[in-house]
Amino acid sequence: MTVEVGKARRRKEDARLITGAARWTDNIRLAGMLHMALVRSPVAHARITSVDVTAAVRMPGVLAVFTGRDLAEEQGSLPCAWPITEDMLAPPAPAVAVDEVNFAGEVVAVVVARSAAEAHDALEAVDVDYDELPVVLDLEAAVAEGADLVHPDLGSNKSATWVYDSAEAGAGGDVEQAIAEAEVVVARTFRQQRLIPAFMEPRSVVVDPTPDAVTMWSSTQIPHILRWMLAATVGVPEHKLRVIAPDVGGGFGGKLQVTPEEVIALVVARRLGKPVKWTETRTESMLSAHHGRDQVQKVVVTAKRDGTVTGMRVELLADMGAYLRLVAPGVPILGAFMYNAIYKFPAYKFICHNVFTNKTPTDAYRGAGRPEATFAVERIMDELAAELGMDPMELRRKNWINHDEFPFDTVAGLTYDSGNYEAATARAVELFGYEALRREQNDRRANGDPVQLGIGISTYTEMCGLAPSRVLGALRYAAGGWEHAAIRMLPTGKVELITGTSPHGQGHETAWSQIVADRLGVPFEDVEVLHGDTQVAPRGMDTYGSRSLAVGGTAIVLAAEKVLAKARTVAAHLMECAPDDVDFSAGTFSVRGTSTTMSLGDVVVAAHVAHDLPEGVEPGLDSDAAFDPDNFSFPHGTHLCATEVDTRTGRVTIRKYVCVDDVGKVVNPLIVEGQVHGGLAQGIAQALFEEAVHDEGGTLTTATFADYLLPSAADLPHFVTDRTETPAESNPLGVKGVGEAGTIASTPAVVNAVVDAVRHMGVDDVQMPCTPMRVWKALQAVGGGA
Amino acid sequence: MRITVTVDGVSYSDEVEPRTLLVHHLRDALGKTGTVVGCDTSNCGACTVHLDGHSVKSCSVLAVQANGCEVTTVEGLARDGQLHPVQQAFHDNHALQCGFCTPGMIMQALDLLADDPDPDDAAVRHGLEGNLCRCTGYQNIVKAVRDAARRMSPGAGPEAEQVDERSLVDRTPLHLGGGE
Repeated sequence: MTVEVGKARRRKEDARLITGAARWTDNIRLAGMLHMALVRSPVAHARITSVDVTAAVRMPGVLAVFTGRDLAEEQGSLPCAWPITEDMLAPPAPAVAVDEVNFAGEVVAVVVARSAAEAHDALEAVDVDYDELPVVLDLEAAVAEGADLVHPDLGSNKSATWVYDSAEAGAGGDVEQAIAEAEVVVARTFRQQRLIPAFMEPRSVVVDPTPDAVTMWSSTQIPHILRWMLAATVGVPEHKLRVIAPDVGGGFGGKLQVTPEEVIALVVARRLGKPVKWTETRTESMLSAHHGRDQVQKVVVTAKRDGTVTGMRVELLADMGAYLRLVAPGVPILGAFMYNAIYKFPAYKFICHNVFTNKTPTDAYRGAGRPEATFAVERIMDELAAELGMDPMELRRKNWINHDEFPFDTVAGLTYDSGNYEAATARAVELFGYEALRREQNDRRANGDPVQLGIGISTYTEMCGLAPSRVLGALRYAAGGWEHAAIRMLPTGKVELITGTSPHGQGHETAWSQIVADRLGVPFEDVEVLHGDTQVAPRGMDTYGSRSLAVGGTAIVLAAEKVLAKARTVAAHLMECAPDDVDFSAGTFSVRGTSTTMSLGDVVVAAHVAHDLPEGVEPGLDSDAAFDPDNFSFPHGTHLCATEVDTRTGRVTIRKYVCVDDVGKVVNPLIVEGQVHGGLAQGIAQALFEEAVHDEGGTLTTATFADYLLPSAADLPHFVTDRTETPAESNPLGVKGVGEAGTIASTPAVVNAVVDAVRHMGVDDVQMPCTPMRVWKALQAVGGGA
Repeated sequence: MRITVTVDGVSYSDEVEPRTLLVHHLRDALGKTGTVVGCDTSNCGACTVHLDGHSVKSCSVLAVQANGCEVTTVEGLARDGQLHPVQQAFHDNHALQCGFCTPGMIMQALDLLADDPDPDDAAVRHGLEGNLCRCTGYQNIVKAVRDAARRMSPGAGPEAEQVDERSLVDRTPLHLGGGE
C-alpha cells in the first residue's frame, strides 16, 4: 500500500509558483474595486482628542474617510478565543481606535480611494490630535507596584495568572519541597526577545460585497476560523460570508489571526457597496501584524550532586502587547507542558502572568510557547551541567526518558506515546564528530586562541498535532482541534480531496495526494487537493501548530476508508459474493480464492450510474470524515551546533550544525527536510539576529528589513540533517508533525554553543540575539576578551 | 509621461505618473503579477527582474527609467511549455515553499550565473544576499542554483534567458502535475 507515502515527490504547487502564475490576494482586481489605506498612530499611548478628515476627503480620488467613531458600532471588538482563566482581564479591542490608542501602529482612520496611490496620498491629510499618556513598555516595570496602566479601566496590567502545580495535579511532587531539600539549585532568568514573524508576502485582503453575499479573499492561515469569527464579530451572517485563502506567502503563525484590517475592509466594503482591497506595506506589517515571543522566564532547577534532577519551577511574564489577540493568552500555556521536556523531573510548577504593554499585540509565532520552554530548559540544563562539572550530554543522558519507558506520563500531565532519544542522539553525535570537536575546543582553550570554539546541545521534544478537542476545552480554548477531509470520486476515476487544512507553503497539495494515492490505489497525478475556500472546503480548523498532517492527514485516511468500505459493498454485489470475501489491493477489488476482479474505477462508475446497487445503498462513493486525536504527537530530536566566537569582536560564526529529528513516519522526505531547514533558519535567527526594538516612547525602531535582521543566505550555514523514525502511536499514519521542530530545537543549541565557547572565560549567559556587541560586552563584563 | 517598455518580449506603450515604480507599472498597468512586492526598502528582492539583461529590484527603478528598455520577468522564462533550467532546478531541488520570494530569487540566480557560471556554495550565498526567503533556510536554493549551473553549462549567461537553441536543449518539459 505504501507506494507513494515515503516518496520524495516533487511538489505539485511549484508549477504555478516558479512561473509567476501564483494567485496572491494582491493580484486580485475586481471591476469597480476601491483601495483602502490606513492612518496609524505614531504614538504608543494617547487619548485621541480629534480626528479631522475634512482635507483628506477633498483629496483627488478619495471616496470616503472613516474614523473609529464612524465605524464603532459595526466593527465590534476583535475576538480573543482563549480566555485562559475565568477572571482574565480583556480590554475592548476595536479594529479602528475610537477614544484612545494603545500601541504605535494602531489604526486611527481609514481612507478609501480609487487607486492605492491616491489612498496613500490622502493619509497625511488626515489630522489626528493626540493627548499623550504614560507609556508602559517593560514587562517587569509593568507589573511593579504603582506602575502606569495600559488600560486604567482594568485596574491592572496583569491580564491573567495561570498556574500548574504537579503536586496539585497529582502528576508529581511538590517543587518547593524539592528546592528546600536540594543538593544543587540553579536559577536563571532568560529573556525571549520580541520577534516579528515576517512572512514574505505582506498581508492583503479583498472584500467583494454583493447584495447576496460577501466574499473575502485574505492572505490568512485560517479561512475557516476567520469566517466564524468575522461572523461573530461584525454580524455578517455566517452563511452569507465566504472566505478564500488563495496562495498565501508564508505565515509562521503570523497569519493565524483575525486582523483589524480584515474587519475594517469588510465593514467598509459593505458600507460602500463596492469591492475594497487593502495590501499592507512592509513597515505596516512590521508595526501592526502581531509579534511573537517576548517573555521573561525565571527558571529554577534542582538536582542531586550526581546530576539527577529533582525539580523545576518556572515563573513567566508574557507580553500580550496592547490587546489580547486571537490565541495570545494561550501561547505561553502551550509552553507550560514542555518545560520538563524529555527529562524525568519529579516535581514541577509553572506560573505565568500575562501582561499588557503599549506595544504591538503578540500572538502565535512558529512554535508558540514551545520554543520558549525548550530554550529555557535546554539552556538551564547546560548551566546545571556547568555547576556540577558534568558534560552536558552526560547530564541529559542521565535524566531523559529511556526508550523502554514509553508510554511515559510526564510531570506536566501529558502522556508521551513514543520516542527514542538514545537513537537520535547517537546518530547526531556521530554525524557531528562530537569527541573530535571537544578535543579541538580544549586545544583552543589551552592555546588561548582568540577564536574560541563552543558546542551547543539541544535534545528537544515538542507537542504537536494540535489538538485533542477535550484538552483544548479543558484549557478554556473556544474552538476544537479536529480536522476534516472529504473525498469525491469522480466518474472518470479522478479524485478530489477536500481538506480543512489551509497550506501556505507546506506542500499539502503534494503530500495529501500521496496519502490518497496510496489509500485508494489511484495515480498521484489523478488526485486534486482542494482547500482554502469555505465554499469548496466548508469544514476545517486550518493550519498551525504542526497539526495538518497528524490531524488533517488522519482525516484523509478515515475518509478513504469510508470510500473503500462502501466500494467493497458495491463490488461484492456486482461480483456476486459477500463483502467479507472481497480483498482490495492497489486499486483493485478481487474475490478471494478466485480470479474475479474489479477495478475501483469500475466500482466508481457503477456507484455513480446507480443502475445496479445493493438494496439500501445510496448512489456515489463520496465520503467525508473528521478526526479528533486522543493525544498530541511528540516529535523529538537532537541538535548539535558548533560555533566559533571571536573574542576580539564578539562575532559568532556557526561552524557546524547537525540535527537528527524524529518526526515519526514521513510522507514526503523532501518536504520534511525543507521544513527542517526553514525551521532551523528561524530558530537560529532568534539566537543570533532578530529583535523587535522599541525606543523609550514605544516607537518600533526595527520596522523595516533594513533594521530587522532576517538572515540572508550568506548569514546561514549548511545544515546536516538526518532522521530517526519512531512512529507516533496517536494516529494511524504514525506521523508527528515537522513544521515547528527546527525552530524549537535550534535556538538553545546555538546559544548554548555561544556560551560554551566562552564559559571558561567566565561568561555564563548571553542575551538573545547574541550579536557581536552583546557577546563582546559579556566578555568585557568578566574581564575577558582579547 | 509616455513610455514604451518591452516586457517578456511584448512591447507596451503607456502613460505613467513620473513617480510610478517599475514594479507597480508591471503589476498594475501590465498585469505582470508574477513579480511581487515584499518590502518598501529594497531589502527583500522579491521584485527582482532583469532590465536590459541585468537584475534590478523593480521597486527601486522608476517606470520612466525603463523607457526604451527590455524587461524580463519570471513570466518570460518558460517558453513553449518548457521551463527554464533555473526554474526546473528550483522545482527539482525543492527550493521553494510558499513561493513568494521565488520569482525574485530565480531572476537573481540567473544574473548570478551570468556572472559566474560555476559558483561554489559561498558564491551562491553571497550572490543571493539581497534576496530574502523566510521558508527554506536557503539550503535548497543554493543546491538548486548549483544544479542549474550544471544544467546550463557551458554557455550560461544572459543568453540563457533568450530563446536560444543551446539553452533550449537543456529545457525539460513542464511537469504541471508534479512528479519525480
